[in-house]
Amino acid sequence: MTESTNRSQRRLPEPIIALGNILAFLMRSPTSAFGLIVLSILIITAIFAPLVATHDPYVQDLNITLQAPGVGHLFGTDELGRDIFSRLVWGSRITLTIIFLVSIVVGPIGLLVGTTAGYFGGRLDTVMMRITDIFLSFPSLILSLAFVAALGPSLNNAIIAIALTSWPPIARLARAETLTFRKADYIAAARLQGASSLRIIIKSIVPMCLPSVLIRLTLNMATVILTAAGLGFLGLGAQPPMPEWGAMIATGRRYMIDSWWLVTYPGVAILSVSLAFNLLGDGLRDALDPKQMNRR
Amino acid sequence: MIRRPSFYGAMSQIGTIAVTLLGLLVLTFFIGRLMPADPVRAIVGEDATRETYDQVFLALGLDRPIWEQFLLYLGDVLTGNFGTSIRTGKPVIDDILHVMPATIELATFAILIGASLGVTMGVIAAVNKDRWPDHLVRVFSLFGHSMPIFWTGMIALIVFYAHLGWVGGSGRMSQFYIGMIPDRTGFLLIDSLLAGDMDVFYSAINHLILPASLLGYSSSAYITRMTRSFMLDQLGQEYVTTARVKGLSRNQTIWRHAFGNIRVQLVTIVALAYGSLLEGAVLIETVFAWPGFGQYLTSNLIIGDMNAVMTCVLIVGVIFIGLNLLSDLLYKLFDPRTR
Repeated sequence: MTESTNRSQRRLPEPIIALGNILAFLMRSPTSAFGLIVLSILIITAIFAPLVATHDPYVQDLNITLQAPGVGHLFGTDELGRDIFSRLVWGSRITLTIIFLVSIVVGPIGLLVGTTAGYFGGRLDTVMMRITDIFLSFPSLILSLAFVAALGPSLNNAIIAIALTSWPPIARLARAETLTFRKADYIAAARLQGASSLRIIIKSIVPMCLPSVLIRLTLNMATVILTAAGLGFLGLGAQPPMPEWGAMIATGRRYMIDSWWLVTYPGVAILSVSLAFNLLGDGLRDALDPKQMNRR
Repeated sequence: MIRRPSFYGAMSQIGTIAVTLLGLLVLTFFIGRLMPADPVRAIVGEDATRETYDQVFLALGLDRPIWEQFLLYLGDVLTGNFGTSIRTGKPVIDDILHVMPATIELATFAILIGASLGVTMGVIAAVNKDRWPDHLVRVFSLFGHSMPIFWTGMIALIVFYAHLGWVGGSGRMSQFYIGMIPDRTGFLLIDSLLAGDMDVFYSAINHLILPASLLGYSSSAYITRMTRSFMLDQLGQEYVTTARVKGLSRNQTIWRHAFGNIRVQLVTIVALAYGSLLEGAVLIETVFAWPGFGQYLTSNLIIGDMNAVMTCVLIVGVIFIGLNLLSDLLYKLFDPRTR
């Protein structure tokens, strides 16, 4: 075991080894392994959607509407005769797009606001944290609803609304982290060497905040998925005929008593992905942040 | 001398709340202005003459600079004028006050269920840390936290209403009883008891139990997690060991000593969880056709009545801030160390 690790250390760059170690750690716990596997399936399905799907997700066939799951149509067909399995497969691309776009917007904004407020302190800190508090005084779904209502319902607007409402927790966390080592010797040393504030924040503070921000981002993704699905369900997110999972549940609602498969499978998909992010975030917390191991 | 810090503390807290409330108003004001649709057209309709249009345009104050418009909005809100609903023609605030009891009834039942479930599971998990009950509780509560509640609501309706027939379907009571009870408080359970009509009371309970349980379950994840970590803090302390060494039973140590010390923290957590229930309530009310605040909000979103929507959002914000404040106050009231 140690021998093989030593050998691979000689060959591979350090980040890849670190990633390997984290993955190995995660796979040891059954719950985070489940999270990891579900998310891998999601990513692979999204990339190879045209190969995985058995039918065209948009083609209607009014001869075979509302067919129960069986051979030919694995998860049955919907009210327009579209194959539900294929729609779910293509829907994974929408889910992944939402997650990806929200993370690349929310992570940097949250980090920037939080570290700047924490590093400079004083009035800037007060003002920035007040603004953060105002956003935090709404449940995220309600605020997203308000934004989408103003911007008009569409998938893009839903993503914008979700991004606008999910940076504050990240900013709060980054600020709290920054405060703990703002006065550290190595920051003072960097300042004495003449490094600018921007350089100190980017080079010395942001890397220290990254692990906890990544954990938080992972846990937040569970909420993001649910909010996006909720918006889709209320008809404010992705619009028909797009195979978004929340919207699929909304249209299936009318037929749910007789044709349970219309709402069941999309719901299971949302639940699995959201649960996977929660479990993975929990596992990451143990892997990256040993000091929190005892107080989950 | 002794009073000073608490006086300053109170003043600065009031200041903070005032600033947050103002920020809330700025936010709702600007979200309202984001709207791509023309607010004047929404009122006068497509066929209005140029004169009518201009008249309404001026009446709405749209010709003035943006900060003046904000001050007008602020004045309106402070005097309780939230505008008129497009659909009902009544003041928005009256409509909201009318639907609020239904949501409070639902949320209160939900929090009772969620708190008892969450606290029990949290204590069990803490006492059995890293053993199978702990893992079981963790997965069970994460499950509740991960489920899309509108979907779980539908599945529960299919199973418990359509197939098993154990509970009532959507709405607050059976169609049959609607209009039979005089509307005094708006809380159906209280109204039916006041009228002495037990049939309606049971019908109401029957309709309430399923959505309230689902909401409670989804909110229990947070309560469980916090209870567990509070309990772990207490169980790790020396007085617990001392109590055990002195011969106190395990159950007495856990429930009387350790749990006794976390009650105050739990009250504050439950107050915060109550606020986040509103989010789930919006979705669950849509699924269960529950004539409350959430359904009012979503039905107005669909017809694009921004007055109603923004007032709803504002009210949720105010409730949230209020609950935060309440949880702070409760903490100060019950915990002698903070005095």
